[in-house]
Amino acid sequence: MSAPFYELGAFGDEASLIVAFLIGIGFGFFLERAGFGSARKLVSQFYLDDLRVFKVMFTAIVTAMLGVTYLSWAGFLDLSLVYLVPTYWIAQVVGGLVLGVGFVVGGYCPGTSVAATATGKLDGLLFVLGFATGTLGFALAFPLVKGLYTAGDVGTKTLPQVLGIPYGILVFGVVLMAVGGFMGATWVERKMAAKALPAVE
Amino acid sequence: MASVTHDVVHEAAAEKARVAQPYMNPYLAGIGLGLVLLAAFVLVGRGLGASGAFNSTIAWLVSLVAPGYARSNEFLSAYLEEGTHPLKAWLVFEVAGAFVGALLSGLLAGRVGVAVEKGPRVSVGARLAFAFVGGGLMAIGAAFARGCTSGQALTGGALLNLGSWAFMMCVFGGAYAVAFFFRRQWR
Repeated sequence: MSAPFYELGAFGDEASLIVAFLIGIGFGFFLERAGFGSARKLVSQFYLDDLRVFKVMFTAIVTAMLGVTYLSWAGFLDLSLVYLVPTYWIAQVVGGLVLGVGFVVGGYCPGTSVAATATGKLDGLLFVLGFATGTLGFALAFPLVKGLYTAGDVGTKTLPQVLGIPYGILVFGVVLMAVGGFMGATWVERKMAAKALPAVE
Repeated sequence: MASVTHDVVHEAAAEKARVAQPYMNPYLAGIGLGLVLLAAFVLVGRGLGASGAFNSTIAWLVSLVAPGYARSNEFLSAYLEEGTHPLKAWLVFEVAGAFVGALLSGLLAGRVGVAVEKGPRVSVGARLAFAFVGGGLMAIGAAFARGCTSGQALTGGALLNLGSWAFMMCVFGGAYAVAFFFRRQWR
């Protein structure tokens, strides 16, 4: 096993911050390339005329998932050293629903609002300020919301563990699901485009 | 008549093409994003994120104004390690990089310029207010979920993390459930 490099001591904390900055450049670059610096492009996902949020997200998930799978099978990457956020399923279900509403109201998510601000979108900047204010509000109210924040604690769990399906089979299933989803998404986009066309001879 | 409209449309399209290039094919952009995420896993053993950078920054700001309170607040103190500056956090540097990367991509494609993204039926002021409120809502959601679309959905999605997949389904569910009510802002 040679990776993760930082976890195995190949470079230190200071160097990891430089790596963070470089990885961030790649992250922001592809967010903007994908059209995610535009709130109108992002929310099109929820009005069904352009499903690129789904397409980009699931292509990225499948790409990284397959990469991690092959690299760990090849004995190069120790997957047990890659950090997993612990599951607090109730807090995460509530958080996901609130975040989804915030997406339609605000037009961005945290990462994409940074990309929007960088390219001059004033609504992106206001979103960033709102996000900072909301974070402060959550911190101040933390004693009141701690109960919900820690609700549904099941520890660090992955889907293969919970579903009892072997890891490789589940990876294959996610790939099939994504490909089916892409075909379905394109079909929906075509339907919506046909509907939006004015009735001209 | 028809040909006149046609020419106008074509000229408008040509004008637009000179100003800004079209966005990348979504699958290619997704592969690019996925490889960046994979690089993060391989190099540092963690994924991408955004909301965590906001948490570090807010924790630092509060610690400047009220250091005692910041340390006693359980949520903020997690971001205030003894001996390290709270802004020397991995995600703060990553998000700073994301700003630069997005600007770079935007400049290369001619997409940088002051603008407000909105539908035709809503005023600029109302749109900016919605952006602020939406950002606030999302901060609360991301705090409960311990991550946002990057740190949870994308990163945890690729690692087949249970909570991340539950979160991701709920983000789409929450957004589709209310999209109809906010259509005037966008359509």
